Amino acid sequence: MRMRNLVASLGVAALALTGAACGSDEPDAGGGGGGNAASDACGDLHKFDTAAAADVAGSATYTKIKTRGNPVVGVKADQPNLGYKDADGKRCGFDIEVARMVAANLGFDPEKIEYKEIPSANRETALAGGEIDYYVGTYSITDKRKTQVGFAGPYFIAGQDLLVRKDDTSMDGGKTALKGKKVCSATGSTPIQRVKDEQLTEASNISEFKTYSECVSQLLDSKVDTVTTDDAILKGYAATAPDELRVVGKPFSTEKYGIGLPLADKALRDKVNTILETSATDGTWKAIYDETLGKSGSDSTPPPLEKY
Amino acid sequence: MLSVLTDNWELFVDGFWTTVRLFLIAAVLSLVFGTLLAGFRVSPVPALRAIGTGYVNILRNTPLTLVFAFLVFGAPKMQISLPTFFWSAVIALTVYTSAFVCEIVRSGINTISPGQAEAARSVGMTFMQVLGIVVLPQAFRAIVPPLTSVMIALLKNTTIAAGFSVAEAGAIPAVMAERGQNQMATLVWITVGFLILIIPLVFLQRWAERRMAVA
Repeated sequence: MRMRNLVASLGVAALALTGAACGSDEPDAGGGGGGNAASDACGDLHKFDTAAAADVAGSATYTKIKTRGNPVVGVKADQPNLGYKDADGKRCGFDIEVARMVAANLGFDPEKIEYKEIPSANRETALAGGEIDYYVGTYSITDKRKTQVGFAGPYFIAGQDLLVRKDDTSMDGGKTALKGKKVCSATGSTPIQRVKDEQLTEASNISEFKTYSECVSQLLDSKVDTVTTDDAILKGYAATAPDELRVVGKPFSTEKYGIGLPLADKALRDKVNTILETSATDGTWKAIYDETLGKSGSDSTPPPLEKY
Repeated sequence: MLSVLTDNWELFVDGFWTTVRLFLIAAVLSLVFGTLLAGFRVSPVPALRAIGTGYVNILRNTPLTLVFAFLVFGAPKMQISLPTFFWSAVIALTVYTSAFVCEIVRSGINTISPGQAEAARSVGMTFMQVLGIVVLPQAFRAIVPPLTSVMIALLKNTTIAAGFSVAEAGAIPAVMAERGQNQMATLVWITVGFLILIIPLVFLQRWAERRMAVA
């Protein structure tokens, strides 16, 4: 009797195991597919013409890249259409395109860029220590950071905004319409801190998850009413599901995204600013915006540079 | 080092207060539910025994993070709605911990010789009376130390709720990183906080053991 029970439960366990194995095999067989893979996978990247080796006189970083043969760039990997790495390890997004554009114009093949994922808290250390040559990843230019790193740009101006379900118009008024709404953002982040400090909604209505993707999942399941952070990040999510999500478009802060460079390297900073300037006038900026964040349905223009 | 704590005193107090509430509610619920399950597992009704055994074998082998993820991300997709993330966390901790409580209580029940239960049955007590009056009071003596261990584990397990929108002690480091505070000092103070929270549990165990020894 005991033995028979044991055999029976083992049989059930074995069935469950093989079932699980089948389940996990299927997506692989489909080429990393699955239901939502179409929107999650990276498509083709923008084609940049690699410039003739442009010598940047007096730039230690440029000399380093040249001897190595390829640039090492710090990026983010969890922001769709901004700085993203898909299941196959392919990278794409607006920040990635900016990184590739800079590399191409410095005279290096953008396909040979070595990417490093640097968490927000470690960006200054990575640039100062020479671990990366430059950093492109929703890096806001602030006076405090300018004492530790150099900034080229801004190449994009973002602002705290709201991501809502497409049919929900109750928060179109922007931040003043948040009262009584369930708001979600990343744990401890500046945007959620602003919501708390300005008491835009009640404390019991605030949800904090480790990543924005988890907030977006809760938004789609109607467990929260809005996700708040920089509009660039929100547009990236809206672009992955334009039929279900949209960005309100009433930003209530200003974040200037710059390209982080080693502090002392003014020569490289000037060169990168020139590259950004050219991209704004010759339409490259617009082209890569439309291919990435522009898919969310909202328009944008290149911001004026702040050279120093 | 000390300024890291004093400058952010409110954050620490709020975080640990949520931890304590989460722990106390989940502890009471899992003790009650776990004991009930143990009753199931030793009951004369085969269906109840099967439920008890099935529950323990499923929940004891499931990572807690998965239980959380199921309640917070999976349940809404199946149109099951839990009131708040705090209560989702309480439920996740309770269903997970009660599997362990069940097994501990059952092992305590097994330390009581079957002769006692048989004697109680022969004087006409019902199954509930046998368990409630004769077996469980004696069984608790044997299970105080392992039960305390499980409760301490539960206290520490509450930090997983930080990843599922409950701003308890485990969520403090993220806020401190954004404020530009030293991470190492933050983690040291959180450790100190947990050590302080464990002290009452240790005393409770000592008190219970002494009391049971007299009985």
